[in-house]
Amino acid sequence: MLETDEGQVRRSEAAYSQHAASIALTVNGESHQIQVDARTTLLDALRDRLHLTGTKKGCGLGQCGACTVLVDGRRVVSCLTLAVMNQGKSVTTIEGLAEGGLHPVQKAFIERDGFQCGYCTPGQIMSAVGLIREGRTRSDDEIRENMSGNLCRCGAYTNIVQAIKDALAQGLDDPEAVRQAVEAIRQDAERGE
Amino acid sequence: MNVPLAKAVGQPVSRVDGPRKVTGHARYAGEFDVPGMLHAALVLSTVPKGAVAAIDGEAARQVPGVHVLVTHENAPRLPYRRMAQRPQVDAQSGDQLQVFQGPEIHFNGQPVAVVVAETLEQAVHAASLVTVTYEEEEASTTFDIDRGKPPSSGNEKAGRPAETSMGDADAAFAAAPVKVEAIYTQPREHHNAIEPHVTIARWDGDVLTLYDKTQWVDNDRKEIAHVFGIPEESIRVVSPFVGGAFGSALRTWPHVTVAALAAKVAGRPVRVELTRRELYTSVGFRPHTVQRVALGAERDGTLTAIIQEAWGQTSAYEEYAEVTLDPARNTYACPNVRTRYRLIEMNTNSPCPMRGPGVATGLLAHETAMDELAVALGMDPVELRLRNYAEKDQHKDLPWSSKALRECYRIGAERFGWSGRQPEPRSMREDGQLIGFGMATAAYPAHRSEASAEATLFSDGTALIRSAASDMGPGTYTSITQVAADALGLPVEAVRFELGDTDMPFAPVHGGSITLASVGTAVEAACRVLLEDLSNVVRADPDGPFANLSADDLEWRDGGAVRRGGGELVTFETLLRGLRLDRIVGQGDSAPGDESKTYSSCAFGAVFAEVRVDPDLGTVRVHRIVGAYDIGRVVNPKTAHSQCIGGMVGAIGMALLEQAEWDERFGRVMNGNLAEYLVPVCADVRELDALFVESEDRIFNPLGVKGVAELGICGVAPAIGNAVYHATGRRIRDFPILPEKLL
Repeated sequence: MLETDEGQVRRSEAAYSQHAASIALTVNGESHQIQVDARTTLLDALRDRLHLTGTKKGCGLGQCGACTVLVDGRRVVSCLTLAVMNQGKSVTTIEGLAEGGLHPVQKAFIERDGFQCGYCTPGQIMSAVGLIREGRTRSDDEIRENMSGNLCRCGAYTNIVQAIKDALAQGLDDPEAVRQAVEAIRQDAERGE
Repeated sequence: MNVPLAKAVGQPVSRVDGPRKVTGHARYAGEFDVPGMLHAALVLSTVPKGAVAAIDGEAARQVPGVHVLVTHENAPRLPYRRMAQRPQVDAQSGDQLQVFQGPEIHFNGQPVAVVVAETLEQAVHAASLVTVTYEEEEASTTFDIDRGKPPSSGNEKAGRPAETSMGDADAAFAAAPVKVEAIYTQPREHHNAIEPHVTIARWDGDVLTLYDKTQWVDNDRKEIAHVFGIPEESIRVVSPFVGGAFGSALRTWPHVTVAALAAKVAGRPVRVELTRRELYTSVGFRPHTVQRVALGAERDGTLTAIIQEAWGQTSAYEEYAEVTLDPARNTYACPNVRTRYRLIEMNTNSPCPMRGPGVATGLLAHETAMDELAVALGMDPVELRLRNYAEKDQHKDLPWSSKALRECYRIGAERFGWSGRQPEPRSMREDGQLIGFGMATAAYPAHRSEASAEATLFSDGTALIRSAASDMGPGTYTSITQVAADALGLPVEAVRFELGDTDMPFAPVHGGSITLASVGTAVEAACRVLLEDLSNVVRADPDGPFANLSADDLEWRDGGAVRRGGGELVTFETLLRGLRLDRIVGQGDSAPGDESKTYSSCAFGAVFAEVRVDPDLGTVRVHRIVGAYDIGRVVNPKTAHSQCIGGMVGAIGMALLEQAEWDERFGRVMNGNLAEYLVPVCADVRELDALFVESEDRIFNPLGVKGVAELGICGVAPAIGNAVYHATGRRIRDFPILPEKLL
């Protein structure tokens, strides 16, 4: 059990006890017990409370798909669900996708240049992973249709479709164990800041 | 001193920041973990003109968790020092909006208050409880071309003239045996980058740190220094990743001041994150523009007259103008050209550049008119363009520093299969759908600015390059890494490029497609200085392997140095350790020379589109687009290709989907969200291809590049519109081409 953000929990309780709620969330396999405002979306809880900022806020209205995560394996736009509604559920975010190495979809996005600014990318990837698991990627048209809830303003759509097809062709059960690579990326990112 | 031929430049290197972006570890402005940070929510005006009569914030102040409510009644007075010259990214005339400095309202959606609270939920709730009453005044909310006025001198000087004339266009038009004339409309369009604009402001005493979404950290710092009347040195702006911008983050908008002001008043760091709805009035947009184009030609297609007039929208407090009429003046050869530009003041937030600013708008009308002329002449549209090929920039009366547009037409047409086009509209069908082929010319001027960079070579054989540039998506991180790798003779993996921080050497604005030509050349210069220094030091070392060698006899390659004509490679590690140095640093600058006085530089392209139109429903599907481009040297074909196809996607929006719905009663955008303001989705896009012709422009800059990003959106929307005409026989001049306009 991880205690997160204790200082903020105390402040929050004092500040708005009538709205406070304590919830248990499993995120990327780790259990968290957090205090949230009952009005907090799952997206804001992930980004601002658990500091998992890989999940992006694009519109807050369920229109752009940038905040897509998997909740108990299902694709969910995390801006349209309150954190308290996900009590006891298991959430997978982009940070939890790379198990022992980049996920084949992540690799394919890099190889095919399936992004430019990168801001919609975590949502695109989570949607793609969800769709592949659901078996809803049987043709180019089906991929395009089902990926249409994830807006990419840089216009990488054709590369995204190619990346998803590449990942499908590779098979998803073979993520090579390059945990070191992921760790290097993380350290790299921290150093850069 | 010699560095061997390029290795990394020209290779389709995958984005070096790709792993961070696909794992969620790329940190965007709003994602910095700043201890003690509070959250802000804005209260925006609900009337387009007048003054705030009263603000009742009592209920808001009582919401638990609320720290402060800042309005014009209690905000500190800010100096808003005037700059001798407004930055090039600002409107060139008028006064920037001052936040919370007075009761005046200039547009619907202007910030009138900000609530700062412990949590976002508290701030948003409290903001909803603020009651504002107004003294309303009659506002200008209609786009009325009769009110058009010429641009002021500031905009004239910035290349947005009210009138230009060459020859006698009106007489030539009157006398022309073949002529077309029409009005074209492009609505207000919004950038809608997926990352909303966001600023985190933190004061440490008198020192301000801003984590901001911006395309230009150095100017961000300068603007805020003027607003607050503090030295630039006491401000640091950090912006390592930008989640798309397309021009919306060129200038520093009022919300950045709101964040810094709110943090000052609250005594704690504050984040202002604009909501999607707020973006429609808090940052700029591509202005609503109406154009009249009249073209006259001989029967063989030779242009004898070009007349193009434009009316653009601006705000009531600033005069924003575009280079809308540049394409009319220099895309084709024609002895008689006249342009006229007028601006219409409205009670709206100020417009700003959006990808391909002005040029994409001007080309939309001009290239549609050219297609109409081809129809009137009974001539192939490509043939018409070749007939009027501009061998020089006739407006500036200068030769092009490079131009391979003929090759673009040829290669693009070939790849697309243009020869299979039957000229007659409605003559091509498949599966009950009307097929249309259309094309247009693309062009965007190439510019560069002063830039600086720092290169550091470490004794472990790796290098760090720094410049306060930005990468909103084109791939600056990657292309600059490639340039530096070649300049130092290192593999890409051994080079790291950092950007987006005012602590780094100065970089110009990340806009106008100038970054690679500007920062890239500075990085090359920094690497050259570094190697020259290292060369001097190693040759002066009497115990070293290259003692007393002449500079010309030392060759840098493969991560080290060799004696020219043979000898063993001595790695950077060995050299630096031998010298007992843990690093060596080179500073480099680059600036444009006089080439812009003797040459005109421009990137070019030829765009071909195929559409399928449902004759019963009027729905238009873009089946495929092929663009052939002359962008000078291609540093990274993978990311350059992405730039071009990304521009095509943006242009699909411009041609078929995007428009702000404007309510004239209240002067506001009605569809300020991504469900009602339509942008292209995955299902709107099928097959896009971009080809690059052989090109290199060493006159324009030593790297030979010309820039890509803006070019990618230019010429695509008219190519789609022209394809729709070919498919349906219907000429839609009022964009976007919605299904109902075809029924």
